[in-house]
Formats: sequence, C-alpha cells, structure tokens
Amino acid sequence: MKSKATFTDSHVEKKIKVKRPSVRYWNEPQKEDKSRDGENTGEAAVQQDRRAKKRKQKDETSAEKKLFSEKSDPFPGSAPIPKDRLQKFKRKDKITKPPRHYRKLKQVITRSEEASDLALKQAARFDLLLPEDAGFLEGDEDEDTCTISQEDIAEAVDITSGAKYFNLKLTQFGPYRVDYSKTGRQLLLGGRRGHLACFDWQTKQLMCEINVMESISDVKWLHTDSMFAVAQKQWLYVYDSNGIELHCIRKFNDVLRMQFLPYHFLLATASATSFLQYLDVSTGKEVAAICTKTGRLDVMCQNPHNAIIHLGHSNGTVTLWSPNQKEALVKMLCHQGGVRSVAVDKMGNYMVTSGMDKKLKVFDIRALKPLTSYFLPAGASCLSLSQRGLLSAATGDVVQVYRDVWSTPVTKPYMAHRVRGSVWGLQFCPFEDVLGVGHGEGFTSMLVPGAGEPNFDGLDANPYRSAKQRQEWEVKALLEKIQPELISLDPTDLGRVDRATFEQRHQEKVQSLGFDPHAKEKFVPKFKKKGRSSAGAVERRKKQVAHVDQRDVIRKSVEDKVKMEEQQKRKEAKKAALSRRKSALDRFKK
Amino acid sequence: MAKVSKIRKSKKRSKVAGSSSKKPPVVYDDEQEEDVCGAEEDVSSEEDDGEDERKRQKLLEAIGALGGKRKHALAERSEAAVHMSEFSMTADDEADLSDLIGTIEKTPAATAQTKKHLKNLQRSKNTVECPLSKQENERIQRDVAFQKAALEVSRWQSIITQNQRAEQLVFPLNQEPSGPKPIEQVVMGWEARTPLEKEIFSLLAANKQPILDAVLTPAEEASVKAMDLEQVKIRRAERQKARALQSYYEAKARRERKIKSKKYHKVQNKAKRKEFVKQFEELVKTDPAAALEELDKMERARMQERMSLKHQNSGKWAKSKAIMAKYDEGARKAMQQQLEVNKDLTQKLVTSLSKEEEEEEEGEGNTDMLPDFVNDAEFKQDSSNPWMRGRLSEDPTEMELKDTMDVTAEGASAVTKEAEEEEGSEAEGTEEDALLREFDSRRKQRQDQESDTSAVIVNDGDDGVEEDQVTEDKVAEISDEEEEGLSEFTRMYRGIGKSLEKDAGSKDGSAELEEGLMRIRSVDDVDLLPQETPTEPQQAPTPQHQKSAEQQPSRSRKRKKGIELREVLTKETKVIKVPLAPTVTDSEEKLDQRVLIEEAFAGDDVISDFAREKRKREDEGKPKVIDLTLPGWGEWGGLGLKPSKRKRRRFRIRTEVPPPRKDQHLPSVIISEKRNSAITPHQVSSLPFPFENPAQFESSIRTPLGRTWNTERTVKKMTKPRVVTQLGAIIEPMADEQLLKGKKKVSARRRSRNTKTRTQPAK
Repeated sequence: MKSKATFTDSHVEKKIKVKRPSVRYWNEPQKEDKSRDGENTGEAAVQQDRRAKKRKQKDETSAEKKLFSEKSDPFPGSAPIPKDRLQKFKRKDKITKPPRHYRKLKQVITRSEEASDLALKQAARFDLLLPEDAGFLEGDEDEDTCTISQEDIAEAVDITSGAKYFNLKLTQFGPYRVDYSKTGRQLLLGGRRGHLACFDWQTKQLMCEINVMESISDVKWLHTDSMFAVAQKQWLYVYDSNGIELHCIRKFNDVLRMQFLPYHFLLATASATSFLQYLDVSTGKEVAAICTKTGRLDVMCQNPHNAIIHLGHSNGTVTLWSPNQKEALVKMLCHQGGVRSVAVDKMGNYMVTSGMDKKLKVFDIRALKPLTSYFLPAGASCLSLSQRGLLSAATGDVVQVYRDVWSTPVTKPYMAHRVRGSVWGLQFCPFEDVLGVGHGEGFTSMLVPGAGEPNFDGLDANPYRSAKQRQEWEVKALLEKIQPELISLDPTDLGRVDRATFEQRHQEKVQSLGFDPHAKEKFVPKFKKKGRSSAGAVERRKKQVAHVDQRDVIRKSVEDKVKMEEQQKRKEAKKAALSRRKSALDRFKK
Repeated sequence: MAKVSKIRKSKKRSKVAGSSSKKPPVVYDDEQEEDVCGAEEDVSSEEDDGEDERKRQKLLEAIGALGGKRKHALAERSEAAVHMSEFSMTADDEADLSDLIGTIEKTPAATAQTKKHLKNLQRSKNTVECPLSKQENERIQRDVAFQKAALEVSRWQSIITQNQRAEQLVFPLNQEPSGPKPIEQVVMGWEARTPLEKEIFSLLAANKQPILDAVLTPAEEASVKAMDLEQVKIRRAERQKARALQSYYEAKARRERKIKSKKYHKVQNKAKRKEFVKQFEELVKTDPAAALEELDKMERARMQERMSLKHQNSGKWAKSKAIMAKYDEGARKAMQQQLEVNKDLTQKLVTSLSKEEEEEEEGEGNTDMLPDFVNDAEFKQDSSNPWMRGRLSEDPTEMELKDTMDVTAEGASAVTKEAEEEEGSEAEGTEEDALLREFDSRRKQRQDQESDTSAVIVNDGDDGVEEDQVTEDKVAEISDEEEEGLSEFTRMYRGIGKSLEKDAGSKDGSAELEEGLMRIRSVDDVDLLPQETPTEPQQAPTPQHQKSAEQQPSRSRKRKKGIELREVLTKETKVIKVPLAPTVTDSEEKLDQRVLIEEAFAGDDVISDFAREKRKREDEGKPKVIDLTLPGWGEWGGLGLKPSKRKRRRFRIRTEVPPPRKDQHLPSVIISEKRNSAITPHQVSSLPFPFENPAQFESSIRTPLGRTWNTERTVKKMTKPRVVTQLGAIIEPMADEQLLKGKKKVSARRRSRNTKTRTQPAK
C-alpha cells in the first residue's frame, strides 16, 4: 500500500482564516461564553449580572445573613443557568398539577418533577465541562470558502491537523468504499476489486491489508475496532483486525449495503435480492429477514436516533424499516427518479436524499414532510452527514460540503474539492474535522473545519481509549445492549403506557402462540359400557354440562339482583327513619 | 319517699331540659316531705332567692332534728349532695306516693297547683328501668377503655404518616445530621475546663444568669410559665370540685365500712386489687426501684399461677362445679369468677404510663382519694380535636345507650331493696364515674374553648342539661369569694349550651347534606344513575361531535386540494452553483439501462404508482361489510328470487370504522397502521396506582435514571433507597420526645406553609 500526499498548485491566494484553536477551560470563561453562544447569551449574561447585582443589593438592604466571620456571601444562592442551555437538556414539558385532594398522586408527581428538574439543571450546569468548541472556515470579504483549496487549509493549520489531509493513491483495485470506526480512529477501505485494508489513519499504522479475491460491495466496522464485516460477491464475511476471516455468513447473500446499529449490536444488510436482514453480532443470530419486494437495494442508511433503517428505491421512494415489522413503517415518495443516496442526521430530525432527477431534498423525518429542495447540476451520487450537521455530496468526482442545509436556503457549497476518480464512498470521521472520500483512484482524507463533534463522551466512544478501557467498554456495552424489539419509529414508545385493550392483547397472544391459552376444553363424554354410551345417553350427558358457565353467570346475576334489592329496601327504610326525625332538637320536645 | 324524690328529680330534669331558666314550682308544706326535700332544695336553689331559702331550710332542719330518729342519718352527710343515698333509708320508713298525696288532700294549706301536680304524678305509672346488665356494663367500660387507648395511639398518627410519606428514612431515627456544623453550634458546645472558667460558670449558674445567649433568663421563663388570672380561676374551681368529691368519697367509705355482705366484699376485694395495680403504677413513676421489686414479686406470683394451673377448670372442685353449672346459677358464677381470676393472674402485665397525667395529678395535689379515671380520656368526640377526627363518628344508638345508662344509675340509687344492694353499689359506681368523666370532659372543653373560640364543640343536648345541673350544684357549694370566678364559668357553660343548640340544628342540616352526597356514592344507586346522569353529558357532546365530524371532511377535502402529490414533488427548487464542474460522470449510470429509461420517463409513472398504492392501503383499512344471508333459508329460494331486504339487513355485519389514518394529510407518505406488538411486553400495560391518566405517568418517567444521562448527584438522588439503616446501630422504638419533636416540626412546617401562601399573592 502506497500513501502519498499530493500537493497541487493552489488556485487561491493564502488569505484564509482557518479553524481557530479550540478554547480551553483555562481561558476566561466569560469570553468563551460569548463566543460560543453568540450575542444572545452575551446579553443574557449581562442581564444575569445585573440581576445578581440587584439581588445583592436587596440582600444587603434586607436582613443580612452574616457568617460567623462577619462576612456576607457576595453571591448568595446557586449560580444562575442560562435559559438556552436549560432548553438544550429539556426532555418534555411538565404536566399540569393534579387537583389538590389527590395527595399521594401529588406527592409522586412533585417528587418526580423535582428529580427531573434537578437532572435538567445539573446537566445544564455540567455543560460547562464540555470545553471544546467546533471551528469553522471563514473566508475574507468577497471570497467564497468553497474556493479555498485543501492544500491551503493544510498549510495554514497546525502540523497534526495538516497531516490529516492526505491522499492514498490506490489505482489498482478501484473504487473504494470507506468506513470509520465509532471512535474515529480506525479506517476501513474496501476496494471494489477485492482490496481490503484497515489502518489507524492518524498514525497511518496499517493493521491489515488483504485481497479477498472477490468483488467487495461494502465494508463496515462492527462494535469494536477489532472486527469488521465485508459484503463480498456472494456471502457476508467477518474479519478481525489482523485480516483473519472469522465468519462466513451464508445466510446473508448478495449483500450490497450494510449498516451497523451500535447500541443494538445489529448488522443490517440490504441485498440485491431485495432482502433486508438483521444480524445480531453479539449472539450471531439472524434477528429478522424481511423481503422488501422492491428490487435491488443499493441505497441504505440508518437513523442514529431510533435505529430505523432507511432504504432508497428506484421508484423514487424511501422506506423506513424496523426488524419488528414485515412491512415498511413508512413509505415516502421523495423523487421523481430513483433515489441515489440517503442520509439522516445524528439527532434524527432531518433526512437528506438525492435522486436521479438531480435533486437534493431535505425532509423533516419526524413530521415526514419535505423541507427544502435543491437542484444540483450533476446530481449527487453519495451523501454523508457529519456529527455537526455538515452535508457532503459527491457529484461525479467533485465532493461538496454544505452547511445548514435545513435551516437556511443554500446557494453555494461551504467547501468543494475535486478528487481523482468518481466518488464511491463518503463518510465523515467522527470527532474529527475530516471527511473520508473513497474514489476510483484511491482514498482522500479531506479537512472540513467544523464537521466533527469537538466533545466526545469518554464512556461511549473514546478516541483515546486504551486497550483496557476498550475491554471494559465492550463488557458494559454488551450489558447495556438494547434488544431489537425496542426499535420503533418513536424511541420514547417504551416509556408509554400500552393502551391496547385486553382483547387486542389476547389476540396478539393467540397469534404469537398459535393457540388460545385461555380456551376451555370441549367436553367429551366418557365411553361407557353396557349400552350406556348410546347416542341418546351421550346427548343427555352433554346436556348436563352444556352452558355451565352461562348458567353460573345467570345464577350469580340473579343472586346479585336479590341482594341489591334487599339492600335497596334496607336503605329506603333507613332513609324513611331518618326523614321521620326532623331535627336534633326534637328530643327536647314533650 | 325515695320513690318520690326520684320522680321529682326526673320531672325537674325534663323541665330544665325544656326551659332551663324556669324554676320548678314546688311548695313544701308537709314535715315528712321536707326532710327529703331539704337536701333537694340545696341542689335546686338558685341565686336569686337563695337567702330566704336558706333561712327556711335552717328552720326546717331544726324542726326535723326534733324527730330524733333520723338525726344520725343526716349527720352522716358532711357536704351537700346531688343524689340521695339509699343507704340512709331504712325499711320501716318506706313511703308511698299515695300516702303522701292523701295527706295533702287533707291539708287545706296546699295550693291547687300542687295538688294538680301531685295528681299528675300519681297518674303516671312509669316504672324505673332496671339497671344495665353486666355484659352491657362491661361493654361500655370496654368502649371507654378502647377510646382511651385509641386516643393514646392516635397521638402518634401524624408522626407515623409523616414517616410514611418521607422520601427517605434513616434509622436510627434521631440522628445528628452528619457533615459540617455551623461554627456557632460548635462554639456553643464548648466546655469550661480551667478552674477559672469553671468558677465563673458556677457563679453564673448560681445567679441564674444565661450561660449561653438565651432569649430569656430563667427567672423570666419562670414568670412566663406562671399562669394568668383566668387559668388560676379555673384551677381553683377545679380544686373546689375535687374537694366536694373527696367529701363524697369519705361519706361513701364510711358507709361501706359497715356493710356485712360477703358478696359485696368480694367485689370490694376485686376493686382493691385494681387499686393495687394503680398504686403500682404510681410507684413506677415515683420510685422505680421499689416498683421493680414489686414487679418481681408479681411476676413470680404470676409464674407460680401459670405453673400451678390453680385457677383453671382442671381442678376437682372446678369439675364438680362444671357439672352443676348447668342447673345452678351460683355455681356458674363461681366458675366464671375463677376463670376471671385465672385470666387476671396469667395475664402479662402491661404498664402504660403517661407523663402528662402524672403532672396533672401532681398539680391537683389532693387527688389521692380520686380514682384514676378523673384523667380518663374524653368520652365524647370532639370535632375540634384533630386527633379524634380520624375515627368513626359515634352512633346515635350508642348515645342513647349512654343516656339510658345515666338514668338507670340514678334509678338504681333509689332502689332500697337489700337483694339488689350489690347492683345498686355498682350502679352508683357508674354514676360517679359518669360524673367524674363529665367533669373531666368539661375541663377539656373549657381548655379547648380558651384556645380556640371558633372551634365548634359537638355535644349531645342532654349534656347541656347536666352541665346546668352541675353549675347549680357548684353555686350551692362555693363560698362568696369564689363566686365571682364561677359565675364566669356558668356563663361560659350557658354559652356552650346555646352554641350546642345551634350546633344541633346545623348538624342536622349537614347530615341531610351528607345524605344527599351518600345517595350518589352508594352502590345501590349506581343502577339508578345511568338512567339519569349519563344522558345529560352525552347529549351535550354529540352535537359538537357531529359538527366536528361535519367539519373534518370538509377541512380534509380542502387540505387534499391544497397539497397535491405532484406539487410536493415539483416543489420549487433552489439551484446550487457548483464551482467545480464534474469531469467524470458515473460509469455505472450509463451501464444501467433500465435506470436511464426510468429517468427518461420520470414523473407521472412514479407518482401514479405511488398514489395507487396508497389508495389500495386506504381501502384495505376501510371497514368491510360481511353479508351472511343465506338465500332460500326461511323463505322461497330459486332462480331470480332475492332474499328480502329485511333479512339482508339483519345478516349484514358491519365492522367498526377505524380511526383516521396517520398519513391522512400527507399525500406523499404511506404510514403503516400496524401496531408494533414487539414492544408491548416491555411497556407498562396498566396504569400504576396513584396516577390518574397515562400522561401523568409518562411524564413522571420521562427522565432517565442511569449514569449515562445524568450527573452523579442526580443519579444518587433519584435512586435514593427508601430506608437506610446504619450497620450495627440499634433501632429503638420511637420515644415520646420524638413525638413532641415531630409535633413541633409539623407545626413549624404548617406555619411556614401559611407564610408561603401569604407571600405568594404578594409576588
């Protein structure tokens, strides 16, 4: 494997402002606050200052609560939390309080409200501990950021960041599929003509490199960086990071695209035979195999928010699938031509599709409504969304990156870069400002400022984790594995009360079991000898037990009725007695 | 004669009940009668004509003394009494009403009014009710005991509920809060060590100066503790009453000394045993060491008893008695007694001591002679007392029972037969008990009134009568200097009586109201409800429903017109300028002929396909009509014959209309209507207890508990265990101090809540 950084002449002058160095916690906090949250928070902070001053004055004027050391607290109470930050962690609206007389209910509700309030406030407070800030590219006046070349950026940034821009010239085994591991450290390359390589792309340390001697349609990392799945010509294979073939899964044939659901340990595959299959990686079992009946499935993506698989079809529709349902949860008509690529953002709010009709469309996937539609001259063949919401679209051999596709109408790309061959695979590297592009002539790692999430969760996906940490994480992740049954369009469904009726539930049970567990056995009269099992006798015996339940019910209802009547009578008598006595003072009358 | 007095009294009672201000018009002429009435006069005399009466009485007494025979009996009485004792009577001076009336008719001095009155009396032949049976009597006693115990227990109720509701309980309960203490507290806990310091502190202590920075000096506190004038007056009145009671008891004791009945002494012994127990209790309070010894002795006796089986039914004597018991009442009684003794002896000793009672007794000083039930629990329920609210309200029958008990007690006092002596004494006991209880209750009422004038005291009407009687009693007793305070009392009582009357009226009204409520709640009337109530609410919403149903289709139609599939797909698009034109186009695209063709014919085909599919799905979800008519069944069949319309209608089954589809207003979307049954086993299927609707429950579990989503502090708070016990610490039952502390806490909280509610509107 040869790696070579290609430097072409830059077609722009070096007038760029590049990604600012990320702000550290030892910098002044106020400055950071302003820079991060913009003017709004700045104003808010000022207001808060004012409020704090006011409070302070009030405190001073009113009864001063002094400490033993005769000093009063200049900032009494807990520090205020900005509203927008609270909003960020808000889960759901509070419920209106119940009427007062439900004491127990009131108590429960107030307690849970208190707890959630505390959780919210604490989370908002601890947001302060996320010191890293995302950078962005800013051009001079009259300068489009899309005209800034990668070389210029690489030159302007620090050496380590600059080293993240590189090209791998791999002309032999042509167009490459790309996959970054969950932590963003490892890169997996799968050439169409059988070339397979995985390496730590930052240190450029090769872990393995083989040729499977078969066409490869897709590659995907599994839950750790020591296993990956490869969709080869016939079967699905699993290799470890040393290139040793672990499994050949014959149940999964003609796989074209794969997605890995990290929290469910599910590998979802879409095949040329229009099968969508789910493989549980932790147990090795096939969870579901769904025949979509929509032809060749070569467009696939997952919704990271709810683990729903999105499939694009040649009739311009996008379908949403879960392993629990044999039919598509949702079918959307998105394009007039076939769908070429689909991508869903990290929060699960927006879906971006590109079609044969050379359009790029943004949908609100929660409301299933189209938001904006763009026309790309060449149409986008590959789409990828970054953690921070940057959209990369490949049109032929040009990779374009867009910002804020859903919030503001975009007229030109944020960045653009021409690669050597036509693009085949495209993915943003998690926690890095890097976009990996697999194309006909190899692989290109692009610098895209502001793409990656600057703050990583050390317990979830830690790019700097040690082997020990990785092992611990694996155990924990397996323990916290989410069952495939819990995949649904709305992940909060689990917290809902099942409002199905008893009958509905019973029906479902019968369906799942194949028989009715509560059904009563039919009475079969015993065979008796000496002519006592004659037809008439049998009928008579049957008659004895016929409608026993019904008879019981009737008897009971009659008894109840009698009892009720008695009670009624008693009550009436009592009432009459009470009404006869008119007032408490009657007893004094002679 | 005794009978007469009895009748008199009851008559007077009823009069007073009717109009308390009126005085019974009784004129005394005869000598014989006046002896009896002398005592009565004392009771009934009022303030206004007190002087004359007293003079007259003196005269009468002087005349009576000439008789000589009854001198002795009268001398026994050291204080004025409400009730005549039957023990002062002898068999030979038994008088009949008719005799008396006969003499009156002979004497011309008697007024017509009196004669009429007496005639009326003669005509009425109401016999005196017999005393309560032993069982009933015991039941009443048990009732009283239960109420006392309940009151005792109910004191703990608030602290218990408080603990039950507490988010977390840390055992042992009364722990010092861990963590840093404010420096003030730490300094307060400082001890004097050097000799100089010790000397200073001893000086301070000697002069009753505050060592710590207290609000009040001990002297000040003492003065605050001192009672105010009214309280003093009340106390004094109480003491007077107590003195009167004491004289009663002295008289009683004197009487009892002379009784020779065996049975009576048996009863007496029993009482003595009880008294012993009481004394023991006292001893426990005063001298624990001696009490312990006593307890040991008792325990040993009990153990012996338990071992010996002495008083059980297994003995020879007992067996013989058991055989006899069927026929002989005496044997039965003896057996019962033995069993009782056994029960008493083998019972485990329970000593319940309350400090408050002790204090009260100490305050009163001369209560040695008084029985313990002076401090008994209040018999009547007091609605103003929060401790009593939780219990069931008293039955009217029970109240009646109580009344009858009183009456019979008095009746029994009138009975002079020797055979009924025992019962008489018993009855008397109950009578006195009732009196004492009354005093007690009245004292409590008074306190209540003082503390809370607005509090409504619910009481029976009869009570008021008795109260009046007692006030009269008191007036007769007390000397002039005390009269001032007591008149205040009477006023108060009268006020209570009036308020009672009002109450009675209001209570009745409230009872009616309650009944109205009850009617709806009761199970029986549930059947009646559906005929009446549901019709109203149902009628109201239906027109709205119809309206909305009418509106909805029109709206949806509009919507449908508004959003068309084609429009959705051919929405105005923004053209993006791309700086770098792609040089290489996808080779794959060119290869795929079918895709190219589809691209060429893009548009209508895709859209119409989708629309068709959607329509198909919609049709699938629509309700289907199942026709089960069998042609030729029950009527003529054959070619060209159709089943009748009626029959077809009858056998056609319509399924319910499903709710509107989720993709109703989304033309370019098909949403599956299938229920996701995979998740149902993991969902909560029925609403947990305190929640009323799913929304409340769902919002209560909206915040995750795990460490993945929360800070450490939040997790710890949200997963706080309900009960925490300290390892190795002894968890002791709550002490009385805890109760006081809890009360303080509760009151403080209440106060704070009040202030909160007050401050909130100001915001």
